[in-house]
Amino acid sequence: MTQQAAPHARSQPLQAALKDAGLSALIAFGLFFFLIGLRTEQGPTGALEITTRLPQLAMLVGAVFAGSLARGLLFGRDAIGIGRFIPPALVQAATRIGRFAGPALLGFALLVPWLFYDNRYLLDLGILVLTYVMLGWGLNIVVGLAGLLDLGYVAFYAVGAYSYALLATHFELSFWICLPLAGILSAFWGILLGFPVLRLRGDYLAIVTLAFGEIIRLVLLNWQSLTGGPNGISSIPRPSFFGLPFVDDEGSFASTFGLEYSPTHRVVFLFYLILALALVTNWVTIRLRRLPIGRAWEAMREDEIACRSLGINTTTTKLTAFAMGAMFGGFAGSFFATRQGFISPESFTFGESALVLAIVVLGGMGSQIGVAIAAFVMIGGFELFRELDQYRMLVFGFAMVTIMIWRPRGLVATREPSIHLGERKAVGAAFVGQGQG
Amino acid sequence: MEYFLQQLINGLTLGSIYGLIAIGYTMVYGIIGMINFAHGDVFMVGGFVALIAFLALVAIGVTAVPLALFLVLLIAMGLTALYGWTVERFAYRPLRHSYRLAPLISAIGMSIILQNYVQIAQGARVKPLPPLVTGGHTLIASEAFVVQLSNIQIIVVATTLALLAAFTWLVAKTRLGRDMRACEQDLKMASLLGVDIDRTISLTFVIGAALASVAGIMYLLYYGVIDFFIGFVAGVKAFTAAVLGGIGSLPGAMLGGMLIGLIETFWSAYFSIEYKDVAAFSILIIVLIFLPTGILGRPEVEKV
Amino acid sequence: MTAASNPILTVERLSMRFGGLIAVDELSFAARRGHITALIGPNGAGKTTVFNCITGFYKPSTGMIRLSHTDGRAYLLERLLNYRVAKVARVARTFQNIRLFPGMTALENLVVAQHNVLMTASGFTFAGLFGLKSWHLAERAALDKARYWLDRTALLQRADDPAGALAYGEQRRLEIARAMCTEPVLLCLDEPAAGLNARESAELNELLQFIRTEHGTSILLIEHDMSVVMEISDHIVVLDYGVKIADGTPEAIRNDPKVIAAYLGVEDEEVEQVEAEVGL
Repeated sequence: MTQQAAPHARSQPLQAALKDAGLSALIAFGLFFFLIGLRTEQGPTGALEITTRLPQLAMLVGAVFAGSLARGLLFGRDAIGIGRFIPPALVQAATRIGRFAGPALLGFALLVPWLFYDNRYLLDLGILVLTYVMLGWGLNIVVGLAGLLDLGYVAFYAVGAYSYALLATHFELSFWICLPLAGILSAFWGILLGFPVLRLRGDYLAIVTLAFGEIIRLVLLNWQSLTGGPNGISSIPRPSFFGLPFVDDEGSFASTFGLEYSPTHRVVFLFYLILALALVTNWVTIRLRRLPIGRAWEAMREDEIACRSLGINTTTTKLTAFAMGAMFGGFAGSFFATRQGFISPESFTFGESALVLAIVVLGGMGSQIGVAIAAFVMIGGFELFRELDQYRMLVFGFAMVTIMIWRPRGLVATREPSIHLGERKAVGAAFVGQGQG
Repeated sequence: MEYFLQQLINGLTLGSIYGLIAIGYTMVYGIIGMINFAHGDVFMVGGFVALIAFLALVAIGVTAVPLALFLVLLIAMGLTALYGWTVERFAYRPLRHSYRLAPLISAIGMSIILQNYVQIAQGARVKPLPPLVTGGHTLIASEAFVVQLSNIQIIVVATTLALLAAFTWLVAKTRLGRDMRACEQDLKMASLLGVDIDRTISLTFVIGAALASVAGIMYLLYYGVIDFFIGFVAGVKAFTAAVLGGIGSLPGAMLGGMLIGLIETFWSAYFSIEYKDVAAFSILIIVLIFLPTGILGRPEVEKV
Repeated sequence: MTAASNPILTVERLSMRFGGLIAVDELSFAARRGHITALIGPNGAGKTTVFNCITGFYKPSTGMIRLSHTDGRAYLLERLLNYRVAKVARVARTFQNIRLFPGMTALENLVVAQHNVLMTASGFTFAGLFGLKSWHLAERAALDKARYWLDRTALLQRADDPAGALAYGEQRRLEIARAMCTEPVLLCLDEPAAGLNARESAELNELLQFIRTEHGTSILLIEHDMSVVMEISDHIVVLDYGVKIADGTPEAIRNDPKVIAAYLGVEDEEVEQVEAEVGL
């Protein structure tokens, strides 16, 4: 970054700040004049009519001017020092608390249905968050551990959902049979998709996986006879409590346990179901990290050539990563299908892939707890700002950019070694690779 | 045969638009190794700026279409270039020395910002524009089919070729072009040798954005409609085109663009219109399996 | 020919072309079992290219590379897929620019090296996933081996530090330790002494001789540091512009005029003679 010699700035900070602010305001004017200052609307004839919104434009440019001036006066000509807003003591405290974050969050999650039993909205939100946590943990295997840039993860989510839906509606198999089948199908797709892309480097891999994701969505959208096209598949059987349906009837869950029927029962069951699925994903990932395959994934992320020189078959290692990630994505998809009762291609757009990828990257360093927190913050935060309506996505985008600028490696900035002789020491972010694949 | 010819013309026109956008992707990737996810949305913004500028000009009395279009071109190119500069300056430059995934996520965030910004500012509905460039030429009039070459199609392809030529000259013959090529080869070394890499990279984004805005104007004139979501679809296809042609290669971007345009058009015409995107993506995957670095890309020997 | 002097590695008419550039031209040499063979030559002579051909990273344009084990099995390395050269033929290597796994600790680096053994022992993950006893035993054995090599390379105190944080000399040693964890029959070292000071070079000599003597591993070595080469090599092959110009014992090489000319250039008198002939 060129830091211009600033005798000017040092001696006349106000003048320099004013100049910068003026320049910023001018740029803002240029950016916002046409798009905000003017508004196009379809008039009564159908043709576009133009109206002015100069007050809003003035406000926005003014705000940019003021903000730039404030920044110039407070921080000088340096970079956007967002990090400076946060005192280091706070960061340190956060890191220390971080050690307890895992068990604390787990405990909290277990108690959520009891704490919020009457609040259907929060229970649903909890289920949504946990779904994304599971997706994040699944993608974490591919991106966080193996370092393979997958931009089409939603494809496996979709395959899982549709597999479940089709198996359940056509063959009337129970959830517990369909779930593993959907997972296997997704894993199979993972290998199928992984195979052609093995040789591809970094960003080529990214675009091909993105293309795969889009292809799957388009096929689901257009293959009407199989998938119902844009109408999707509905009347997907709802889950039962190991055979006891959640209905207001004899032989149901409520009657068997002597409880008053309540639709909340099913929601609570779904909550614990996704929690269990997510925890299984977590457990498997943690164990795999300590097994040769997990270490091979991480080694591949660090340096693929060195891996090959050690006799590691990077082809099968990559395929295994894809397959595992796909399988968990498929499980999550099955859950999604049974929870909603209805699925359509609209739920499986690139935006979903991007969101899950953002969760993994924001979580940081292939860290399980980081992914969980990131999912919680992003999905939870997104819901919390529901009132903002249209502005919600805008804020979301800003949040993504801001967090990446502030902490490019993600929330969790260290990697825990999977094996140690003496004292376990965390590896700092500066050393950990991000993968070429 | 006539039908084929018509599709050929249509495909090349569409391909030109994709090619112009693809150049932006390939340049940025070549110089800093980053997929600028927001580039497609810059194209969209360019189209919107052009639309609004045009309506504004008409409102203040500039009704002569050629003059208006010329002014719109200047305004849109300039302002979209400003958008490109701003995006790079605030979302990418801080992350330039950071890890590979960080600018990618930032770019995705930027894409979301741009899409929603336009959606909020101008509404989510599709914006129509009455055809400004009308008329055309009948090339072949047979009983089975009439092959038309419309004026707008000529303008699109001609503008594209002109810009491509200008740009190739820029890269090959000017100081800026040399700086860009140096940065592409070895960024650190270029900076050590005195190249102002911040400026070079900024200009790369600026030029890419300007070209995308031209694509936006062409899109608007050709299709007569614009909405805030066109950026995503066109962006993915244009990036596909850049990769297909060999990322980092300028002629490759245009070649890739043309190919994608042709594949899409022919597939829609002869097979099914629903699966046209699937065809384009599938071709991409097939090409990359056999030609991992794209058609005109430089095969990279792994340095061990 | 006794078994001991059987060549472990036979390179026959190896050529490597990159487009129009001939990096290696019809190279033939043999490395004897249990010997330390050095491959030397000025920069750009093609030494690393030869290594890359031997270790499966490049596919040679022509030629044959034959590796024979003591049990009689032989492998044509130019036909093996890259990772199989290490896994099946048991050829390990280090890299000119050090390729460790920087985000993993030194210990983890050495455990990753034992991947194939551990994979089998973990029942391709399943036994490990369910915590079977056989897996724990295998893991312990792997840890022991890692500990052994960390000790031998004086890196035991650094076992839990990230490899990226180690000092340069330590990183070089770690790379050798990691290569040895794969229990190779042939160890290929690409400039192991680069950037080491005199004391570290002497320690490297000791380490290599230890490896050769105690583990019977044959060593193939690219090196510029003559104190290392002359001290420990049993046999030296000299390359210049991709062509072998000498092949013999250290004494023979030391005095070979062709080698001297390649490194130091032509003698002054010859230069004057050429200039006179040309008319300068």
